[in-house]
Amino acid sequence: MLNFPIYLDHNATTPCDPRVVDAMIPYFTNSFGNAASRNHPFGWQAEEAVDYAREQVAKLIGADPKEIIFTSGATEGDNLAIKGVFEMYASKGNHIITCNIEHKAVLDTCKHIEKEGGEVTYLKVLPNGLIDLAELEAAIKPTTILIALMYANNEIGTIMPVQEISAIAKKHGVLFFSDAVQAVGKIPVDVNKDGIDIMAFTAHKMYGPKGVGALYVRRKNPRVKVTAQIDGGGHERGMRSGTLNVPGIVGFGKACEICRTEMAEETARISKLRDKLQNALLQVEESYLNGDKEHKLPHVTNISFKYVEGEGLMMGFNKNIAVSSGSACTSASLEPSYVLKALGLGDDLAHSSLRFGLGRYTTEEQIDYTIEQVTNTVNKLRDMSPLWEMYKEGVDMNSIEWAHH
Amino acid sequence: MAYSEKVIDHYQNPKNVGTLDKGKVNVGTGLVGAPECGDVMRLQIEVDETTGVIKDAKFKTFGCGSAIASSSLATEWLKGKSIDEAMTIDNMTIVEELNLPPVKIHCSVLAEDAIKAAVNDYRKKNGLEEIKFDESVIH
Repeated sequence: MLNFPIYLDHNATTPCDPRVVDAMIPYFTNSFGNAASRNHPFGWQAEEAVDYAREQVAKLIGADPKEIIFTSGATEGDNLAIKGVFEMYASKGNHIITCNIEHKAVLDTCKHIEKEGGEVTYLKVLPNGLIDLAELEAAIKPTTILIALMYANNEIGTIMPVQEISAIAKKHGVLFFSDAVQAVGKIPVDVNKDGIDIMAFTAHKMYGPKGVGALYVRRKNPRVKVTAQIDGGGHERGMRSGTLNVPGIVGFGKACEICRTEMAEETARISKLRDKLQNALLQVEESYLNGDKEHKLPHVTNISFKYVEGEGLMMGFNKNIAVSSGSACTSASLEPSYVLKALGLGDDLAHSSLRFGLGRYTTEEQIDYTIEQVTNTVNKLRDMSPLWEMYKEGVDMNSIEWAHH
Repeated sequence: MAYSEKVIDHYQNPKNVGTLDKGKVNVGTGLVGAPECGDVMRLQIEVDETTGVIKDAKFKTFGCGSAIASSSLATEWLKGKSIDEAMTIDNMTIVEELNLPPVKIHCSVLAEDAIKAAVNDYRKKNGLEEIKFDESVIH
């Protein structure tokens, strides 16, 4: 039996796994100590729990526990990594390379760096959402201190050529930071095999709680340091002060352990459902897949249905199915997704996109229902779309002088 | 953001979806908006030539639920009005009727523009002077 609403927006956030919640609960009440209280059992217990979670988190990404800095989430991690490197390595240079489909937490931080006197190169992505490695290498200058490129994109799910990027970074002695929010816990990520120096990720995208994340900061080959952005008691090796969110960290650790032990099985199951959904929806006339088909996370697909508008489309089923759209009819600017536009999509296709993010509790029955509902709504809206009528009559829509407002 | 019941009703049961024969001299067509903006509305009126009263109205809209509802409502209101009365339909009355939130006011503006564009198209076809208004409308 289907229970509504169906959640297919797992790139936005995920529900907590009940096993995660169970692990967290004692740390709200009985074991409530401050992990920095070194002189009594309450503090010891909290510290022990944090140490254990740090190991669980480190193990998922092939890191040493000492290389894990707990944060409030990936936005903080992105800020700490970029601003922290910019300040720490100021004597070496002031140039950062990133790309134009990064998350706003990276792009806006880079904008801030520019105001502080830094120089930022925003690489353009190819139409499949990946970067051109030759262009990356050509952008490196003597003053380059950091390459900041995401592991996988949040809107289209494409996976960047991380190992090739890190090889280029290493060759030129530049640090490589990756926002890996969408990848960690979903696909194997190993900071050593991948050659990543700094990496931000967060618990709530992998069935853990909101408000806790981690920044991986390499300690060997090379030893990396970032300047703290929050000053205080010198927690987390002086890189991030503030009382540790013990229940959150415990939940994060448990979430990492579950992802690590169940990833292979879960990926196989979810990617099969994703493929079923993707293949069925691409059968719809004038529908287009956004982003590379191969280099892609197993649980995401992003499809544009030409001649229907995304928000209008979602309205047809959003009481029962939760997805997201690249359309931005509610924003004052009316600008559609910058990620889709960066792929070279026209505004019309960007406005017509839906992102489906599958997850741990997605069932085949839910996918079948989604295929049916989305297909029916697309057909219904096309029957009332003037653009669809023009397309069917062979009118060249580029020849029409539209009134832009 | 939740939609009002009236918007949902128009979205689920849109009134007067369709196409009138734009070749007819008594049919006025207004096509406003742009695909790049995520909204395109086509609104058509068929005028009774003896009385000057709008006897039929049809729409097709590419856009969000509020845009669909605004145009659906506009076609309902147009039927039975004279072409002069049609020009008095104000976007704010659409906003009020549909309980549109501030971010959706542009949908009602587009509907008002579509009405004016359709009336002007009819006037032009019938040798009447076009009525000027602020928004640029191309059909």
